[in-house]
Amino acid sequence: MFDTALTFNDLLFMLKGAGVTLSVTAFAVVGGTLLGVFFGVLRSQISPWAALPLTFVLDIFRSVPLLIQLILANAFQAIAGWGISPFVTSCIVLALYTSAYCTEIVRGAIEAVPSVTRRAARSLGMTWGQDLTQIVFPMALRVGLPSWIGLTLGVMKDSALVMWLGIIELLRASQILVTRLQEPMFILLVTGAIYFALSFPIARLGSRLEKRWQEND
Amino acid sequence: MIEIENVHKSFGALQVLKGIDLTVQRGEVVSVIGGSGSGKSTLLTCINGLEPIDKGRIVVDGTEVHARDTDLNKLRRKIGIVFQQFNAFPHLTVLENVTLAPRKVKGMGRKDAEEIAVQQLSHVGLADKLNVYPSRLSGGQQQRMAIARALAMSPDYILFDEVTSALDPQLVGEVLDTLKLLADEGMTMICVTHEMSFARDVSDRVAFFHKGVMAEIGAPDQIFGDPQQEETRQFLSSVR
Ligand SMILES: Nc1ncnc2c1ncn2[C@@H]1O[C@H](COP(=O)(O)OP(=O)(O)O)[C@@H](O)[C@H]1O
Ligand SMILES: [Mg+2]
Repeated sequence: MFDTALTFNDLLFMLKGAGVTLSVTAFAVVGGTLLGVFFGVLRSQISPWAALPLTFVLDIFRSVPLLIQLILANAFQAIAGWGISPFVTSCIVLALYTSAYCTEIVRGAIEAVPSVTRRAARSLGMTWGQDLTQIVFPMALRVGLPSWIGLTLGVMKDSALVMWLGIIELLRASQILVTRLQEPMFILLVTGAIYFALSFPIARLGSRLEKRWQEND
Repeated sequence: MIEIENVHKSFGALQVLKGIDLTVQRGEVVSVIGGSGSGKSTLLTCINGLEPIDKGRIVVDGTEVHARDTDLNKLRRKIGIVFQQFNAFPHLTVLENVTLAPRKVKGMGRKDAEEIAVQQLSHVGLADKLNVYPSRLSGGQQQRMAIARALAMSPDYILFDEVTSALDPQLVGEVLDTLKLLADEGMTMICVTHEMSFARDVSDRVAFFHKGVMAEIGAPDQIFGDPQQEETRQFLSSVR
């Protein structure tokens, strides 16, 4: 259709970037979700007063721009002499950032479970833990999943910011190629397609689960 | 036997129960009637320990419900409760709704639990809905499922809190028939109800609650035919 100077090796370079994007995202989402579920359950079970310190810290992660968090965290670990690689720093910062949003999703989803349903569970002799695992979690999962999918897709795009710590992820890789080959349109098109290919399975999984659950209720 | 002695209960500054005394014997059916806000639902949730009380005591078969060392989860196995609001577990089928507690709480195997569940669901007329999700049930069917779910734990007592008041009028009958069936079988029941003819036909005794006080209790004929308190008379004339 048209000529491009983009070689197979360049494409491999981009795919390697995509691999970095994917692994940073995976670390952030897995770590952030585990933390978020823990904090979210905690927040829904303790009083708002007791949760205040936690809420405050998580609000910082939600309100300070991610770029600033990344650069500050990297600078801090350098000054402290911890010798943590930019990649690991990025994963940690993104995981905390994800956990802050995930906490809100989990808390909201848990609070959406009607108290009368929980009472019914407890009145059948179920323990607090059984109520949580048998009733609250499955019901909250259905409420929170769409937001969680949205969060995951968002984190994947936000992960491009780790390039500021010198990491060559997908977007940075494409920038390098654009600078070298001067074919911004085509390269960005390819980049967009790769992002889409990474996101699509997650979005599909979400809508398939939602559909299956909707058939029931 | 359920013994309720001088029970007081407040929500903040609002005194909801102001010294309730009531003893329910095994096999007895006691209906509780009274205006909205008079504390009927609160009393039921206190009986199975879902709500703490401020004063007095509630003793079920010798176990004081609100004593610190009482295992409430164990006690609740013998006290079923069915609420006014629908509260099916929406992510489970009808059968799973009923087998969940026997399996998780009593540690029954799936087979045994399903056998009991099918038996109880047939009992309330839902044998053909086993694998349906609750959202596909009518209100009356949901309430009957909730009754089967409570029965599957083989409770010694069942508390019913206005189980028909969220139902369309044409669905009330099927649920009341289920309650009558249980009463005939000798189940010990406390029924908070707005259905006066049900209270009259099925109960051994009827208690009238008024503003947190049990203003009057007696045989149905006496309460409906010859109420002793002015408040009872007023209430009965307002619901007729
Ligand atoms: N969890 C609660 N928190 C605060 N107030 C409550 C709560 N539950 C019930 N109440 C209040 O207690 C009073 C009695 O309620 P309830 O026992 O539900 O009455 P009834 O069942 O007789 O209509 C009402 O005024 C109600 O608003
Ligand atoms: Mg009530």
